[in-house]
Amino acid sequence: MTIVLETKGLSKSFGAIKAVLDVSFVLHKAELLAMIGPNGAGKSTCFNMLMGQLKPSAGTVWLNGQNLAGLGPRQIWRMGVGRTFQITGTYASMTVAENVQMALISHHGRVFSILPYAHRLYRDRALDLLALVGMADQADRHCAVLAYGDLKRLELAIALAHEPSLLLMDEPTAGMAPRERIALMQLTADIVRDRGVSVLFTEHDMDVVFAHAHRVMVLNRGQLIADGTVEQIRTDPRVQEVYLGGGTLFNPAEESADA
Amino acid sequence: MNRKTFLKGLAGAAALAVAGLPAFAQDTIKIGEINHYKRMAAFAEPYKMGIELALEEVNAAGGVLGKPLEFIFRDDQGEPGEAIKIAEELMTRDGAVMLTGTILSNVGLAISSLAAEKKYLYLASEPLADSIVWASGNDYTFRLRTSTYMQAAMLAEAAAKSDAVRYATIAPNYAYGKEAVEAFKKVLTTLKPDVEFVTEQWPALFKIDAGAEVQALERSKPDAIFNVTFGTDLAKFVREGTTRGVFDGRTVYGMLTGEPEYLDPLADEAPEGWIVTGYPWYDVTDDANKAFVDAYQARFNDYPRIGSLVGYMTVLSIQAALEKAGSTETEALKAAFKGLELDTPVGPITYRAIDHQATMGAFVGTTALKDGKGVMVDWTYKDGADYLPTDEEVAKMRPAN
Amino acid sequence: MGFFIAQLLTGLANAGALFMVASGLSLIFGVTRIVNFAHGSFYMLGAYVGYSLMQVLPGMVGFWTSILLAGVIVGLIGVIVEICVLRPVYRAPELFQLVATFGVILVIQDLTLMIWGAEDKLGPRAPGLAGVVRIMGEPIPKYDLALLAITPFVALALWYLITRTRVGVLVRAATQDREMVGALGVNQSWLFTGVFFLGCALAGLGGALQLPKGGADLLMDFNILTAVFVVVVIGGMGSLPGAYLAAVLISVLGVFGVTYMPQSTLVLMFVIMVLVLMVRPYGLFGRPEVAGEHGQVGEPERPIKPAGAQVRMIVAAGLALLGLMPLYGSSFALVLTTDILIFCLFAASLHFILGLGGLVSFGHAAFFGGGAYVAALLVTYADTPMELAMLLAPLGAGMAAIIIGWVCLRLTGVYFAMLTLAFSQLLWSLVFQWGEVTRGDDGLVNIWPSSWASGTTVYFYLSLVICVGGILFLRHAAHAPFGYALRAARDSARQAEATGINTKRVQWAAFALAGAMAGLAGGLFVFSKGSVFPNELEIARSFDALIVVFLGGVKTLAGGVVGGVALEGVKDVLTRFEYWRLALGVLIIVVVILAPDGLVGTARKLAERTGLLRTPEDSK
Repeated sequence: MTIVLETKGLSKSFGAIKAVLDVSFVLHKAELLAMIGPNGAGKSTCFNMLMGQLKPSAGTVWLNGQNLAGLGPRQIWRMGVGRTFQITGTYASMTVAENVQMALISHHGRVFSILPYAHRLYRDRALDLLALVGMADQADRHCAVLAYGDLKRLELAIALAHEPSLLLMDEPTAGMAPRERIALMQLTADIVRDRGVSVLFTEHDMDVVFAHAHRVMVLNRGQLIADGTVEQIRTDPRVQEVYLGGGTLFNPAEESADA
Repeated sequence: MNRKTFLKGLAGAAALAVAGLPAFAQDTIKIGEINHYKRMAAFAEPYKMGIELALEEVNAAGGVLGKPLEFIFRDDQGEPGEAIKIAEELMTRDGAVMLTGTILSNVGLAISSLAAEKKYLYLASEPLADSIVWASGNDYTFRLRTSTYMQAAMLAEAAAKSDAVRYATIAPNYAYGKEAVEAFKKVLTTLKPDVEFVTEQWPALFKIDAGAEVQALERSKPDAIFNVTFGTDLAKFVREGTTRGVFDGRTVYGMLTGEPEYLDPLADEAPEGWIVTGYPWYDVTDDANKAFVDAYQARFNDYPRIGSLVGYMTVLSIQAALEKAGSTETEALKAAFKGLELDTPVGPITYRAIDHQATMGAFVGTTALKDGKGVMVDWTYKDGADYLPTDEEVAKMRPAN
Repeated sequence: MGFFIAQLLTGLANAGALFMVASGLSLIFGVTRIVNFAHGSFYMLGAYVGYSLMQVLPGMVGFWTSILLAGVIVGLIGVIVEICVLRPVYRAPELFQLVATFGVILVIQDLTLMIWGAEDKLGPRAPGLAGVVRIMGEPIPKYDLALLAITPFVALALWYLITRTRVGVLVRAATQDREMVGALGVNQSWLFTGVFFLGCALAGLGGALQLPKGGADLLMDFNILTAVFVVVVIGGMGSLPGAYLAAVLISVLGVFGVTYMPQSTLVLMFVIMVLVLMVRPYGLFGRPEVAGEHGQVGEPERPIKPAGAQVRMIVAAGLALLGLMPLYGSSFALVLTTDILIFCLFAASLHFILGLGGLVSFGHAAFFGGGAYVAALLVTYADTPMELAMLLAPLGAGMAAIIIGWVCLRLTGVYFAMLTLAFSQLLWSLVFQWGEVTRGDDGLVNIWPSSWASGTTVYFYLSLVICVGGILFLRHAAHAPFGYALRAARDSARQAEATGINTKRVQWAAFALAGAMAGLAGGLFVFSKGSVFPNELEIARSFDALIVVFLGGVKTLAGGVVGGVALEGVKDVLTRFEYWRLALGVLIIVVVILAPDGLVGTARKLAERTGLLRTPEDSK
């Protein structure tokens, strides 16, 4: 299987605190990989290093065989990495379609163009993407009035605009109702299957993780303590210990406390 | 106008002031007057009152060219751009035949430039900048008031008579201050080549740090000081200087310091023994001047400032020019102003044909305290004609028309 | 050595009033997030009130009582202003309150003139402290020593109040998180009022304390305002120790500047500010701006669409009406309209970065005046023909904007605003004090159009074509990808960056474009007036544009232009009356309170409510 993303010995320390320590993993083509771990385990730091927002203290990141060292978010995006945020970041003053069109304009390198009307550029393509995430009927709504779940889906459409080979999703279902979560992850799984995109996501909701992930990594105190199939992770004693000090990973009470 | 009709006019005005003003007929000769009535109210108001007094007299005596003379007063907020707009309005919409006014030199320069471009006649009544008639002078601009150069030259003449050799200067850091210091240095060095200028202080206009300036002056140990600061800067400078004793044993030469506008706010803290230019209205004995002062006090129940005198003389000048021209046409007026001679409260003056500067002079005297108020004593009136550069120098400075 | 010490003491004494005004401004900003432009006016009021009290209360006790009372009275005036003017607009978009405080400046100026008259008041000497003390042979005024003692005392008292009392805890908490304090059950509006009282009382105290060193005059408000802004920004917005240190720094360096570089006293202060901010962007003790504190809080802007056929028809008809003006309007009407057109282009250029980019610039006049000066200098020194000068004016201003933008865009929000202010003041002070080249405040004169364009009508058409062209170009750019990217950077810089948009570069380009357009307006201006003076670069000119944009409506595309027409039109009428500043100030305050969305925004809402305009389905 083709390797899309590979990290070797990825580490990040802030002063004396080692936020991420020696994390190495691979992500294959068309794989849906979950990264889980308790709060403060280093997931966000990992993500930020992958996206170029943070510079690793040590280690390397390879995307489709290219070293990402020293590249910023914009360059990494141009190499085919899409991203969604834990807290959505959309353009509140634009319509839904224009939000996607903006990403397409950027993808085609026309950000500084001052001649054409922006709202006419790449509109068809934007509508296709919105259809993909099930938002075609809301294309001309004002983004500021969307429900949170719709914003998440819009963000997914934005992230897919430049046909990325890799999608990084930070807590994609945070703040959503349970039904919406399942729908969104199903959508993501479909995209992975239909388009061959690789997805790395972090998630608190274990239902979501175990229902959809092809593979799961567990991070604790900055270190990768487990990496395997859903079944392997579920029975891994170290993971059990990290999460619950021994209990099961399917504790409904724990889950609602997380949400 | 001779002295006699002049006095008759004054008497008429006094009568008018009591009787009240008759309504004027519609057909008047309009003069556009632009000033900083708001921003420099303390200076512009006496000036306006001087104009009003003169207008009442002129019109009581039958007006000019058979018509009443009327001034349209407009406030420009002290902004040159605004003044230009108002000037256009006055000339094209309100039917003014010429423009006058302004205290701030920059506004005067802006209007002067407009005057040359649009062929409007402009009498710069109060602005002091030398460039109005010299470096930026033009055919359509005339200036009434004793200019910076003339006043500085008068003080330099007085300074040359003293033993002082080491001079320090303090002047607001803008065009007027620079021109004054330059003129003072030039004239004094010509009269007395061995003088030395040991320090030049340039506080920002109306933002003086008086304590620091005084320390810097003291540090250079001058024999005498040439002061150009005015307004609030002057008040702060005088207070800090007196407190720290910088004026002890030193003669200070002060531009404009003797003008009531500047001297009176200082009240009992007015400096003593400074040699200054100004306007000792309380002391004038000359008939014409005394008549003006009396008429002014009778009319307004207030004493005249230098601005009042200039405003009064502005009207007289315009009246004389209109009569000489026999017309309100700009070109005729312009020709009339060149070399125009008239009598004023301070004596006869001439608008020089060579540079359009009037020969109005200034009172030079020594400051003293009297009844808790600053006054000028031992003063003399110096005719402005004697304190101008030679014609060759003037011709060199003035651009060819 | 004695001289050195004396200078130091003078500087420290000077720092007193500056610190008090600055700490008041800083305190108010820290808690209410309002940049109180009117703070200089409270300082002026303090001086006048103190002066009047000292006429009544005799002796040493009377003197000091007067100073204290002046502080209290000015504080109470501040409370009235806060309750009547600011309370109704706290919910308005942030920085909109600026406009209200600007209205307050105008009102206070005219009221002061009405009450105390035009003549400057010389402050009385402090009883018992009139003389000097000799320190190492140098005379030091006793009152300076008194100030030296009082200032740290006030600073300590403030520090105690803020750090050791319950009130202080609340104030500090509010500085950190306003909502949290509200949630804790503290009456937020009274906390704001209290802080306003304290801040204004400090300004009044500062004004009264400086009386023996000067007096009271009508120019005090603006004269101290820039210095206070500089101090607050160098110290860090909201930081009291910062304000103290910065006041001392500025004052002491100022005193040495007087001795060692007497010609450049104005430039020095702004150079220090720029240097400090380049090293420490948030001032000596400031904290980084929390994201989202821009001019765009509150209801998000609506999506924009190019004008429909109907609007285009109306605009075309309006333009045709303008174009035919020489047929029916007087010559003066053309002059006035030319003025308004130029001003509208200037305002529209500011609106481009402020409205679309959320970049609140306090120093946009730098580019308007900059363009005007570029043209004027070219004409004066190189006999450049008008056509070329008018082309180079926007280029020059654009270049300046590229340089200034490069520095300023490292900051956001209020710090960005302050840094732009510092740069424009730096430029102003350079033009003002570099007389050899710029002729200082005598300005550059005789800058008239080429002969073909010198007629009023021809120049009117020239301005019409360039200004309308410029405004339409800016409007089109707003609808183009570039304008969209600018909005994207404002709405969510994170998302924009994550989708490959270089937000800083977009903002930089927009800043340069806006600067160039302002420069174009400046070029037109100088040839219409025939002269240019430093006041075209002044803080007041920047405020003019800022107020116009806010009044017109930040969140509407037409805001700049409509505001420009409205304000210039109203000004032309009002300035014919004696107390026009009072009238204009009240008018501005009323508009701010009644139309918090600006003229265009509020008119649109009204039209929607009354059914004249279709309400978009999404805005509820």
